[in-house]
Amino acid sequence: MFGYYLELALRSLRRSKGLTALMVLTIGFGVAASMTTYSVFRAVSGDPMPWKSSKLFVPQIDMWGPSGRSSDGEPPDAMDYTDAIKLMRDHRAKLQSAMYEISPSVVPADAGKHPIHVSGHAVFSEFFPMLDIPFKYGSSWSADDDTQRAAVTVISNTLSQKLFGDANSVGKTVNIEGKDYRVVGVLNAWNPQPRFYDVVNNGGGFSTDFEDVFLPFQTAIQASIRNDGNTDCDANPSESGFIGLQHSSCTWIAYMAELDDAAAVTAYRQYLDGYAHDQQQAGRFGWGPNNRLRNLPQWLDFKHVVPSDTKVALLVALGLLIACLVNTAGLLLAKFLRRSGEIGVRRALGAPRLAIYAQFLTEAGIVGLAGGALGLLLTGMGVASVSWVLPKDIAALARVDFSLLVLTLLVAVMATTLAGLYPTYRAACVQPAWQLKSN
Amino acid sequence: MTLHPILAALRKHKAGVVLIALQIALTLAIVCNAIFIIQQRVDMVRRPTGLNEDNLFLVTQQWVDAPDGDNPAGLEKLDSMQQADLATLRNLPDVASVSPIRSLPLLLSGSVGGVALKPLQQKAMVDANFFYGDEHMLSTLGLRLVAGRDFTAADVKHKGFRDDSEPVLTIITKSLADRLFPHGDAVGKVIYFDSSSTPTTVVGVVARLQSPVDPGENALAWNSVMFPVRQDANFARYVLRAKPGRLVQAMNAVTPALYAANPMRVLDDRSVRSFADIRARAYRADVGMAILMSVICLILLAVTAAGIVGLTSFWVGQRRRQIGVRRALGARKVDILHYFQLENLLIAGIGAVIGILLAVGLNLWLITRFEMDRMPVIYVAVGVLAVLALGQAAVFVPARRASNVPPVVATHAA
Repeated sequence: MFGYYLELALRSLRRSKGLTALMVLTIGFGVAASMTTYSVFRAVSGDPMPWKSSKLFVPQIDMWGPSGRSSDGEPPDAMDYTDAIKLMRDHRAKLQSAMYEISPSVVPADAGKHPIHVSGHAVFSEFFPMLDIPFKYGSSWSADDDTQRAAVTVISNTLSQKLFGDANSVGKTVNIEGKDYRVVGVLNAWNPQPRFYDVVNNGGGFSTDFEDVFLPFQTAIQASIRNDGNTDCDANPSESGFIGLQHSSCTWIAYMAELDDAAAVTAYRQYLDGYAHDQQQAGRFGWGPNNRLRNLPQWLDFKHVVPSDTKVALLVALGLLIACLVNTAGLLLAKFLRRSGEIGVRRALGAPRLAIYAQFLTEAGIVGLAGGALGLLLTGMGVASVSWVLPKDIAALARVDFSLLVLTLLVAVMATTLAGLYPTYRAACVQPAWQLKSN
Repeated sequence: MTLHPILAALRKHKAGVVLIALQIALTLAIVCNAIFIIQQRVDMVRRPTGLNEDNLFLVTQQWVDAPDGDNPAGLEKLDSMQQADLATLRNLPDVASVSPIRSLPLLLSGSVGGVALKPLQQKAMVDANFFYGDEHMLSTLGLRLVAGRDFTAADVKHKGFRDDSEPVLTIITKSLADRLFPHGDAVGKVIYFDSSSTPTTVVGVVARLQSPVDPGENALAWNSVMFPVRQDANFARYVLRAKPGRLVQAMNAVTPALYAANPMRVLDDRSVRSFADIRARAYRADVGMAILMSVICLILLAVTAAGIVGLTSFWVGQRRRQIGVRRALGARKVDILHYFQLENLLIAGIGAVIGILLAVGLNLWLITRFEMDRMPVIYVAVGVLAVLALGQAAVFVPARRASNVPPVVATHAA
């Protein structure tokens, strides 16, 4: 029976080519516009570590007090050196790392080459296992290296290839800011977007830069490798220079901790409050505890990492899709009711209402499929062209993949069938006797 | 022509009428809000920065193994390296002028501090963007001095990047001057930065200088201060003005000249950037949003027009006999044309009324959800006119076809 309806549908669509083309174009453009904006939305709003993000937490400590809080009472979103180091020493989470953004220069061993500029982070050794960072060669440095302030580094595969070619560079030496560091690990391609572990230092959380070099936190501090990210101060540091920054209450350090279950979260919350309370007792804070402990999805939401433009664009495109569906419903209605005579004959010859439903929904489905095929093409073009319309750091993330293709087709067919429901209902209501008489 | 026959006919096509009206309502709601977004972005991008942007470019470079700026000897060494670079750049044949600079408007990186009228004030009166440069800063940037004087070579000091001791002299923007000294007598007055006790004297006022940090429109956008200070750090930025028409040549000459002077530094493909490039990058998201909204509007208008053509064509086909009868009874072609035009106006009018409600509703929702601004009524008014005109344009083709139905059709069997 389905084959017969398919044939009927194709014949009917061929009969009014203009109307069919109009419907296919409408569905195609509507679906493509929403799928293109959706691909951008999906790229920026995705969970960077779906298997673990709910176990990763960002602690905030209120070291500035009431005068430094935002209008809604939030404490600073980064940490000063004193608190970050204290939290690292206390080591209350399963895994944790303070970190700051660096952008040192690297001098290639080849004397003929100019120095290059790289970006990266100064972190503690637990940073790597906490974020499940994949290594191509070697591994992270040890906790001992952290305390010994060892001159070791983990570099990206890109930097390794730039400096040493395809060879395994573990054990070789890299000159960073004029000092030699021994490579202990080389990362496999790893460049999560948004750069979720250090949102505060990446305006908006997205970056076109790669993370090329990681140094032990204390090693970088000792070598005076300056922070390249944001520095926020509630008061001017009393001493100048990088040392002055470390002694100040300026915030420039991001912090992340892994807490595996609710009990660990509660314990950590108590620990933070206890810490703030101790600071109050000691006279460093003149106010009660006002800490925050958000898990990664909550943190990204709080920091508005998904640009609101992306959400508005998606909404407007969905509005366009709805308008397209209303349009298709109107056109299908015109198309189906024009064939009242044919329906009357079929009904008079014994076709039940259900058969009319099946026939016309098949027709709607075929229009949807054709619209979806056009939509696929247009979505491909749309995703390709967002790269010259939207900022590179965001546009680079939008891509066409299998799931997007399937979703495009599915949305097109489902939506058109939905739009065809009412016209089909009207077609099924045609009274055979009345049609036969008037013809 | 009375509306009665039209209303009577519409009652027979309720579903079609509802669908067209609904589509016009949705189109109106989306197009008004989209055009409002586009207009806002265009207005934002077109604001002048206060700079003379033509022929302006920025050089950012980093020294390798630079002396430590935290001790006096290192600081002096860093400053002499910076001075050597400035001399090198000033000697380039295509360069008109050069100044060291901390940041430029729209660079999305810079420093911000508090300004107060009294010493040691805990809460600053207003926040301002800090610019640091030498006596060539104003002329290189092309800023317009509206009161007082420019910095002189004797005013210029140098200090470390994180040295927060307050400068003695400053030039401020008119917007900040008006905020601090509403009587327009800022020149010669004393202000205090970052709750410090050191007084800083205002020597001049410039017309306009946009924030480097936030390209949006907010309190900080136009409040800027300039200091006659060369900052010494392991990196340095220089702003250069090329001689007219020589921008490309000047930009290309910079990297080889600096490497020749001192190879122990990092200069990469992003180190030399024209101001046009900085501007384009800062506003890329806004321009992109405007383009995206325009494309969606165009698709939506085209789809709606196509829908009206399609459905009206169907109605014309359905009513051929009635049209024939009317023609046979003496209706002129133009009467038939007007009938369909009026019918469309009626449906589009109903759609527009619903659309106005939807448009305002959507705007209010965007305000609460995405901190958008309230849409002025003019956008809705223009939107209503636009959808009505779109309806009339779309209905014209099928209506013309209807008016060409010959009266003889009336005699055909149904």
